[in-house]
Amino acid sequence: MFQVRIHGRGGQGVVTAAEILSIAAFIDGRHAQAFPSFGSERTGAPVVAFCRIDDKEIRVREPISEPDALIVQDPTLLHQVDLFNGLAPDAYILINSARTFDELGLGELCDRFPRERLIALPATDLAREHLGRPIPNAVLVGGFAAMSGRISLESVAKAIREKFPGKLGDGNIAAATAAFELVQRQIQEPTHA
Amino acid sequence: MLEQKEGSQAVADAVALCRPEVVCAYPISPQTHIVEALSDKVRTGELAPCEYVSVESEFAAMSVAIGASAAGARTYTATASQGLLYMCEALYNASGLGLPVVMTLANRAIGAPINIWNDHSDSMSQRDSGWIQLYAETNQEALDLHIQAYRLAEELSLPVMVCMDGFILTHAYERVDVPTQDQVDAFLPSYSPRQMLDPGDPVTIGAMVGPEAFFEVRYLMHAKQMLALDLVPEIAADFKDAFGRDSGGLLRTYRTEDAETVVVALGSVLGTIEDVVDELREQGVKIGVVGIKCFRPYPLDEVRDALGHARRVVVVEKSFAVGVGGIVGQNVRLALSGGGPTVYDVVAGLGGRPITKRSLHALLADALADRLERQTFLDLKADIVEREVQRLQENRLSGPHAENMLRDLGIVAARPH
Repeated sequence: MFQVRIHGRGGQGVVTAAEILSIAAFIDGRHAQAFPSFGSERTGAPVVAFCRIDDKEIRVREPISEPDALIVQDPTLLHQVDLFNGLAPDAYILINSARTFDELGLGELCDRFPRERLIALPATDLAREHLGRPIPNAVLVGGFAAMSGRISLESVAKAIREKFPGKLGDGNIAAATAAFELVQRQIQEPTHA
Repeated sequence: MLEQKEGSQAVADAVALCRPEVVCAYPISPQTHIVEALSDKVRTGELAPCEYVSVESEFAAMSVAIGASAAGARTYTATASQGLLYMCEALYNASGLGLPVVMTLANRAIGAPINIWNDHSDSMSQRDSGWIQLYAETNQEALDLHIQAYRLAEELSLPVMVCMDGFILTHAYERVDVPTQDQVDAFLPSYSPRQMLDPGDPVTIGAMVGPEAFFEVRYLMHAKQMLALDLVPEIAADFKDAFGRDSGGLLRTYRTEDAETVVVALGSVLGTIEDVVDELREQGVKIGVVGIKCFRPYPLDEVRDALGHARRVVVVEKSFAVGVGGIVGQNVRLALSGGGPTVYDVVAGLGGRPITKRSLHALLADALADRLERQTFLDLKADIVEREVQRLQENRLSGPHAENMLRDLGIVAARPH
């Protein structure tokens, strides 16, 4: 089982990101379970969503406390919420930021986790560029696909299309594809992480 | 067709496939997505002929459901929590009149304190309302149970409540197999009412009944519900023939063959418990699970047969009767009266507190060592309770409990006045 925890703020599509991830995994023929942290959601309030991916039926229903991957949609949460709690020692961390881990004050993570699994991705910028709106969720799922290799870009695109028909889907797919390519390049040159 | 979708959408699909002619509902979390999806299906014509009635309250929702059902329409509604309490009086009328309304209950805690998260306090509060109560373990089962529920309701002319865990199921995306319209049509005949309001042939439904026959009408309600103990497994077997899936039934056993310890639960927590049981089995522990799928009518004999051979039974339930203890636990003891296993009652997950594998492992380790109290509260923060009790003793005007406790937890920063 592979477990992903996504942190962001109300209005950034955190729950939708987990849902897209689960749809992409389903299209890839896997079992997947996505669910929100069930708060009384308000715009701007910290929100958490979860996604589990496995090759067999997923029965467990508790929130994910020991994720294999962490996606942070809003870097302003970094020093407010204990985001890195319970992370597996070989976890993937994807942060929405144009800055490096060191610049974000997260240099110590580089000692704790495999360097090539720590990615900072300017997802909001990519969303603005391709979508015209600063909504980073689908972009980050594209980045996650490249970072983890757990889901295919093709399935991510289909999943985005399922959630966002029409122009909104086109923009999100373009942004997710750009993110995928950017992350692939970063992995090949890990010094940029 | 296999689809990855939200539990609420899957239930809306199932309900639409059952071709209800009237859907009346008042939105309340966590049921909202279900009725929103159904109102969309009516608006777009995907579900037709059907009238969607936006009512002004849950009391009106159940009242409209009663009227529509009495007029001979297949009727659907959904609610949760305080909404169920608000329709309580009408609930008893629907069952007393023998009207086959099907309702989804997206299980949620009851206030005060107000809380939108999942537990079973709402459905358990109406367990004796005369409604049949079915509990879904997964979104697939929630979908399947709605199709079975209409057949059950209409064969017995009794209302059925399909209970599914709010948020945990209603808001979870997972794989579901959505049947075709042809499959559902073949399984579920069109509604043929036992009684009907028809201006061409006027009758009265719901007249006052005095001591001369009230007793008999009430008795018949019981007798009809007890018929469901035969009908529920029959319908589940038919469903398996038609759709190829095990869904519903009275109860489901998991690895109980040689089990000395059996965990009993209802709803979505069964999945987490089954994972824990698999891990304990790997360590050689003889342990199994019984999931009660139909809580009303209560399958007394089946529960006895499933548990009688065990040494100990651990009931994990998301509700309790204040002043007594666990509700499911009481019912399990009833089935085992006259000897048999020790029954431990564990109240867990109230108001959305997650029931984790870690906590279940610790709980079951205590149970296996026979060092569990007969009534326990899983992951209760006893220190917070003790501090509030101390305040009560020290200060006459000790203030509101909930706010005091939140302050102790550092969640409410404000000081008392």
